[in-house]
Amino acid sequence: MAVEEQRDMVSVYIMGKRHLVPKGLTIQKAMEYAGYRLIRGCGCRGGFCGACGTVYRVAGDYKIKVGLACQTVVEDDMYLTQIPFYPAVKALYDIEAMSPTAEALVSTYPELMRCLQCNSCRKVCPQEIEVMQAMAAAQRGDIAKVADLTFDCLACGLCVSRCPAEMVQYNISILARRLFGRHLAPKAEHLARRLEEIEAGAFDQEIEELMSAPLERLRTAYAAREIVPEEAELVSIKTDED
Amino acid sequence: MSYDQAMQESIRKVEQTRSARMKEEFPLLSAEEKKELLTTFHPDFKEGSMRPLVIGPNKGDRVPNELAALLEAPSRVQPSALDLTRPDYDVDVLVIGGGGARTAAALLAQEHGANVLIVTKLRWGDANTMMAQGGIQAADKEGDSPARHYLDVVGGGQFANIPSLVRALVTDAPSVIKWLEDLGAMLDKKVDGTMVSIHGGGTSFPRMHSARDYSGMEIMRTIRDEARNRSIPCLEFKPAVELILDDQGQCAGAVLFDLETEEFSIVRAKTTIIATGGMGRLHVQGFPTTNHYGATADGLVMAYRAGAKLLYMDTVQYHPTGVAYPEQIVGQLVTEKVRGLGAQLVNAEGHRFVFELETRDAVSAAIIRECVQRNLGVTTPTGMRGVWLDSPMIDILRGPGTIQKALPAMYRQYKRFGIDMSQEPILVYPTQHYQNGGVAINEWGETEIPNLFVAGEASGGVHGRNRLMGNSLLDILVFGRRAGIRAALKAKEVTLGKLSLDHVEKHNAAVASIKEPHADFAPMLLPDYAEAHTKQRRLGGVVTV
Repeated sequence: MAVEEQRDMVSVYIMGKRHLVPKGLTIQKAMEYAGYRLIRGCGCRGGFCGACGTVYRVAGDYKIKVGLACQTVVEDDMYLTQIPFYPAVKALYDIEAMSPTAEALVSTYPELMRCLQCNSCRKVCPQEIEVMQAMAAAQRGDIAKVADLTFDCLACGLCVSRCPAEMVQYNISILARRLFGRHLAPKAEHLARRLEEIEAGAFDQEIEELMSAPLERLRTAYAAREIVPEEAELVSIKTDED
Repeated sequence: MSYDQAMQESIRKVEQTRSARMKEEFPLLSAEEKKELLTTFHPDFKEGSMRPLVIGPNKGDRVPNELAALLEAPSRVQPSALDLTRPDYDVDVLVIGGGGARTAAALLAQEHGANVLIVTKLRWGDANTMMAQGGIQAADKEGDSPARHYLDVVGGGQFANIPSLVRALVTDAPSVIKWLEDLGAMLDKKVDGTMVSIHGGGTSFPRMHSARDYSGMEIMRTIRDEARNRSIPCLEFKPAVELILDDQGQCAGAVLFDLETEEFSIVRAKTTIIATGGMGRLHVQGFPTTNHYGATADGLVMAYRAGAKLLYMDTVQYHPTGVAYPEQIVGQLVTEKVRGLGAQLVNAEGHRFVFELETRDAVSAAIIRECVQRNLGVTTPTGMRGVWLDSPMIDILRGPGTIQKALPAMYRQYKRFGIDMSQEPILVYPTQHYQNGGVAINEWGETEIPNLFVAGEASGGVHGRNRLMGNSLLDILVFGRRAGIRAALKAKEVTLGKLSLDHVEKHNAAVASIKEPHADFAPMLLPDYAEAHTKQRRLGGVVTV
């Protein structure tokens, strides 16, 4: 390796083993640079799938740090390991038959009541989700709050790995979100109406005409079609008191 | 990690032109202008980037060189080494894949009485579905109609779409949204329950439904949770590497390869559904990609060897707005929803050059023209070029806080690298995004091979030669569900003969005699991102750097 190249290199210790890698790489790309062929601990490579939760310390600092390997840049003297899998409890349930209540959450996941409010979950969340607050809301049965607070959860499992109460926060959260979506969010009435129209065959003839139209007629219809503007406001779903 | 001085100077120009630009109407391309733009600047038209296939059902058809190298590579399997008379698994319906199409298929197949087995290469949910941000189209509002949706789809697809597939797509769309609502997916709604919906590129009505900018993730985790509740078995890290046929030429299951123990195993199945997604990780023409690690065209390779015909493999979708800066996330997706919410595309001088909601093929070609021909792109410190996506406009247009509320994933992605996209524009360049074509199917996902179904990105014909935003999440659910239903019903009447891998033997023999460059074996399963010197060392070679 050329000497000038080495100036831009940093030392990383992958599960304790030292590798020299170029500065500026993500942990994931640094592991690949070091020669690892990833099977576990690598998924979407874009910060959405939660496969690459990583725990590390930097030499001289007692603090435990975390990040997604695909979104975190390497530092000099970083000691890291990935946690690609962590055992988790997943209850089986029928979402339709459940009610959106604290009792439903607690009877499905009784360990929810063991939360010590230590905030370890929040400290390791790579998405910076207020996990502890969400669990407190779950204990109170404030399903809408849990759903809103945990919406960006990737289920990477880092909170689960640190929880002294042995909870699986991401599974409690998905149950809350599905209870919200199924039982608390208002139904879309226009959707139900459209399904009736489709069932009655209201659009069949128009679609069949398009299917059999000569190419030139299709082109003309496409070029001449009206573009309907969007309504001005963009109001997102109200999931919270604010 | 904010912008360097040259980039900041360009940003000042973007800011100076902003208020005037926000009032400006940019004209749509005429059909002729669009054609000229595509043939001159779209990567599909680049000389030398494709070659004709020399073996198989599509012999003579041009496909990207990177795909040809896999379609015409030897198998990973030595047929003579496997005992097909003693299957390790014997099921009604085998579903192959990791994402939304395969999960929808498995749920519906089980509902229709089938004994289902799912196999996947990585984990359940490791798929492009999880990464789809922008949304899902459905004509479910007053003033819109499935027919209107139909016309948008075929116009966007350059009128090459298969009509019966488009009819299925647009007619099933509202029922798919209803299915998601009933399963408890948190789609964006107003307080009265009305779905929030906006425009995407090429839509004539604002029918793009979303779940913030985690639309695919919300859909994926909801249907996966449901399938787990219903105890559908799933083998992870165990991809299919070849289809098995029977002595009558019917599909009869697959050979699996365990990525961790490196064992092969045999599944006998009355019907088989391929839902393995696309080919982003082939990095066609060296482009970066928005795609998942496992998007390596495995389903195309297996189906092609078994004799299935491919459609429109000479068209690749480049997403117009991939990240061009910062370097660590180059190629990752900047959702079309950013443009849907009003952000404009502007060049280094702060001027617009294309209407932002043209179809993706046209916007990509326009960005390439701006950078390559007109030399009005912005160059990053590592030499990458791009144009600005003027994201701060969104909060100006729709009120402060809109970006953080409607685009939390995008906002977080940039914030991690020190860029606040609600205050500063972001730099983008086209990135490989979607496989427009795929295995030919009918409206039930059936291929020409009896008992073999294909659903989702691995199939072809639904989107013609260019897919519109929001029709991929729709496609995987519409055709996943359809294939699941039909595969379950079909399994009740199938009788399988003697299992065979003769088609693989024949393929290997044909490959042995061709001169065209090809991979050592296929399917690829996972890309290898090791450095050249590492690859050399793995072979025991002498390193001379």
